[in-house]
Amino acid sequence: MPDDPGQFVVTLLQAIVMGLLTGMVYGLMALGLSVIFGVMRVVNFAHGEMMVVGMYLAWLAFDRLGLDPIVSLPAVAASLFVFGYALQRTVINPFIGLPEHMQFMLLLAVAILLVNACLAIAGPDTHGVQVDYMFDSFNVGPLILDAVRVYAAIAALVVAGLLWLFFTRTRPGKAIRAAADNHVGALVVGLDVKQLYAMTFGIGAACVGASGALMLLIVQVHPFLAIDYTLLAFVIVIVGGLGSMSGALAGGLLIGVSEAVAGVLLQPSLKSVFSFGLLIIVLLLRPQGLLARRA
Amino acid sequence: MSNTIRRAGLTRRTLATGAAAGAALLGAPLPLRHALAQDKFDLRVAVLLPLSGVQAQIGQACMRGAELANDVFADMKIPAKLDIMRYDTESSADVARTQAEKAIASGAHILTGAFDSGHTMAVAQVTEQRTVPLVVNIAATPQLTESGFKYLVRNFPTAPMLVTGALTLQKDLFAATGKTPKTAVLMSVNDTFGEAMMKAIPGLAKKLEMPYEIVEVISYDPRAKDLSAEVAKAKATKAELVMPVSRLNDAKLLIQEMVKQQYEPMGIVNPGAPGLYEYDFLKTMGKYANFHVSNVPWLNPKSPMTQALEKRFAAKYKDGHLDINVGFTFEALLVAADAWLRAKSHAGTALMEALRRTDIKEHVTTGGPIQFDSKGQNVNIRAAAVQNLKNKPTVVLPPEFAIAKPVFPMPGWRSKERG
Repeated sequence: MPDDPGQFVVTLLQAIVMGLLTGMVYGLMALGLSVIFGVMRVVNFAHGEMMVVGMYLAWLAFDRLGLDPIVSLPAVAASLFVFGYALQRTVINPFIGLPEHMQFMLLLAVAILLVNACLAIAGPDTHGVQVDYMFDSFNVGPLILDAVRVYAAIAALVVAGLLWLFFTRTRPGKAIRAAADNHVGALVVGLDVKQLYAMTFGIGAACVGASGALMLLIVQVHPFLAIDYTLLAFVIVIVGGLGSMSGALAGGLLIGVSEAVAGVLLQPSLKSVFSFGLLIIVLLLRPQGLLARRA
Repeated sequence: MSNTIRRAGLTRRTLATGAAAGAALLGAPLPLRHALAQDKFDLRVAVLLPLSGVQAQIGQACMRGAELANDVFADMKIPAKLDIMRYDTESSADVARTQAEKAIASGAHILTGAFDSGHTMAVAQVTEQRTVPLVVNIAATPQLTESGFKYLVRNFPTAPMLVTGALTLQKDLFAATGKTPKTAVLMSVNDTFGEAMMKAIPGLAKKLEMPYEIVEVISYDPRAKDLSAEVAKAKATKAELVMPVSRLNDAKLLIQEMVKQQYEPMGIVNPGAPGLYEYDFLKTMGKYANFHVSNVPWLNPKSPMTQALEKRFAAKYKDGHLDINVGFTFEALLVAADAWLRAKSHAGTALMEALRRTDIKEHVTTGGPIQFDSKGQNVNIRAAAVQNLKNKPTVVLPPEFAIAKPVFPMPGWRSKERG
């Protein structure tokens, strides 16, 4: 037990809040993966790489045009949407319905190409952004909230909210959900499923691009970051429930908080052990994930 | 069609022969290609550094020291010309091992590197097996000179040497400013270097009777993307002194988090590690980079060779500054050149014999002549307290090297003194 229990509680609360804020951005990242899998049943192994591409685009916008990543977020998301849409139509679509290992190899190849393209274009160095509020924080009672994380979390919530509205209030969104629920039924009623799949992949890519732009506010980008994020996205969606939008968000929050709390309660270098431990427990006790229905 | 080609002196046969020759040249084994490519150099030195990956920025800074070596030798009338072969360890011990094999296969007479202790250990195992000398530029783990390697010399302090020098300088700093912290927190990366430092610091702090108690040791992954939990934990200890054993990227994250979480200890004093004095750190952190102290071996501004190196550095590079990454890598090549000048042989055994008898009085870093003990360790290196003042690393202690007075305790994050 620590010498000063009051201080310990504050530190713990602080860690939980920070974890929640970071977890929202994690959740947005995982949302893209979940949407793609939920609709197309394709596991995007290039997810982290797409996130890094989003981070590089946001960095370019900052470096060349002086745009804050939050401001450039719509443009980054739109670019990734176009990229994802084109990728699905040209490369991924022929693999829909083929054995999973073929899809796996294809997306792994895409991932390697993306990392090497980043390496060739931007080099191996790390790049970050220096926004005016980089060192700012808000005092809320005894808690100190990092301004960057607060803004990033708000932006992540707004994007997730827009996505929810798209899927529940718009015709294309409802059509995508219909195609996900019943592929044959969607074909029978005359929906252009190929078009919907491409749109879905584009939306997933846009989500991850948006989270990349936000993540750039928190971490510096380099090409080798990608694999960490792919792994993290998988942990989050498996914990939350693969294919479940709310599960992805909840998984992001849970992993964000668990890592932050583990950093305080245990050695900070054991943070990742904690999230992987959580993954194993979920796989053992509720393999479909916390918020997904059993298949 | 074929007539036209014949008139131009090109037949299908000559085209095929030319293509085959070109393919053979491209496909030739690296040693042969290297031998064909050069003959006018005295010694082939492979420089193994992390030029990409998480340690890329420091590795690239080190490489500058190697790139300037031949020019500075010419300025200093040292009659040696080195063929410098660059190898990227990609911030990975496995790659470092493979690159060492490649360098030797390409005909390197001496290897230098590899900045990171773990990578250097991997390289040392290869050089030992192949009886090719390794001159360590930067790597502090004691095992390098305690493992009985016969083909290794190190012109860099071991972790205990670094810590002893750094802690002694801390006492000098407290005495010079009249302010002494009572508690300290040690925050360290958990790589080979960090582990060695974490092992050495608490014991040596007791032995040297430091005036503070180390209340917590916090270790973290050097590739960490976020240090908020680590800083929150350090802040909770209310330690008056923060001692970071960092690399570059984590040093930036650490200070960034300390500012955000409004953690204002009396000072941030690095006990012999990189990070806080790096050019990129100073550039990125702006006013928050100031007043941190690094107790590390540094460049001796009074040495004519340092002045020559400084001049060449300024002429060649428009960004960056001369620091120990450049200094120690340059010195590794100086040691190699000096050994060749005395050995006059490319044989590993002859070069190693010459390396063991090294005695270089004129060099660039603080300390006595470069000499290696029976384990291959230079024991004459001395640390200096380097404080970031006006975004420039400035020697503030010991007095014989100092060009400014130390500022301790450091001003608060929002203080006007930071500008």
